[in-house]
Amino acid sequence: MDFFNDEHVAAAKDLLYKMADDQLIIGHRNSEWTGLGPILEEDIAFSSMAQDKLGQSEHLYNLLHELGEADADTVAFTRNANQFHSCHLVELPIGEYDFSLVRHFLFDMAEFIRFEMLVNSSYENLALIARKFKGEIKYHTMHANTWVQQLAKGNEESKARMQSALNETWPLALGIFEEGKYDKVLKEAGIFEGEAALRDAWLAQVTPLLEKAGLSIPQNAEPVYGGRYGNHTDHLQPLLDEMTEVYSIDPTADW
Amino acid sequence: MKESLDPRINRTDLNVDAIEPLEELDQFQTFEVFHQEKRGQQHIHVGIVHAPNPDMALLYAKEQYARRGKTVNLWVVASNHVFATDYMDDDIFSTTPEKIHRDPATYKVMDKINEYKKRVNA
Repeated sequence: MDFFNDEHVAAAKDLLYKMADDQLIIGHRNSEWTGLGPILEEDIAFSSMAQDKLGQSEHLYNLLHELGEADADTVAFTRNANQFHSCHLVELPIGEYDFSLVRHFLFDMAEFIRFEMLVNSSYENLALIARKFKGEIKYHTMHANTWVQQLAKGNEESKARMQSALNETWPLALGIFEEGKYDKVLKEAGIFEGEAALRDAWLAQVTPLLEKAGLSIPQNAEPVYGGRYGNHTDHLQPLLDEMTEVYSIDPTADW
Repeated sequence: MKESLDPRINRTDLNVDAIEPLEELDQFQTFEVFHQEKRGQQHIHVGIVHAPNPDMALLYAKEQYARRGKTVNLWVVASNHVFATDYMDDDIFSTTPEKIHRDPATYKVMDKINEYKKRVNA
């Protein structure tokens, strides 16, 4: 797309940063389960999806590079926590498997709907990426939903764990949809319909699935905001330190 | 405190000695996985996955056996739904390799085909 003006470029960058940062951080978090998954097959599946997330983020960082930002590696590995646009949901430690699974469910449902919305974006290069990865993310939602249904109906312990994980993650998941500075511009330019529209579509899809699983959605939950504007929990910086440990030894090394 | 081979386990500072061993769990059943590369082609058996039900078996089949190359479809079949011949009876196949008359590669027909083509084109 030919951007009409600088504000459109700034708006597109803001959207790309929040999407790419979310994927990079949750990809890294979920990769922490590699080797520790509950069974071999699940270990492989969860690790593969974590890898998918890093791949998706790389494509979005490359778009940012086209718009004048530094290259993907520099953007991914040299910023501090307060320069990240990711939501709090993705940065929290992996906890136990129930927490990681419910987070995976809530996040990937939102991600899938966001990509569906972007398929028709006026920002053609972003629409191409949305089309390319829609199927990959659909599998992530199938995986998440199958697990949620299975465990929520398993036994008393599994049901209690899923409910408590949902209580914990729900306000954080609402934080995905923190209003962006450029939501109006994005909508007017036909780039993206905005976080509020995404949240409504997400609620409409997630609610019946959680009801089917017999889980109760926390009422009057206060969304956890701040991440989109660089305000993060204490968990993000240590994650970045670990993620960039090898890169920082020699940022010019060719891998 | 026991040292684990995995540094991530050690970092969690678990008191491993204080953990009571779990009772041995039942293993998940296995499912046979069949992979189809192109529509219309036969599904080919590629291996097994462990899973508690067919839905989860399909999820795992995708990541175990459709990781690379092309795939359009996967089947899973509970292993205990597969009926098999007995290896004790494998002598029923013993003379089959000798029945070369059933192997089309053993027929020499190219001469006849070429002769036919020549006649038709003439």
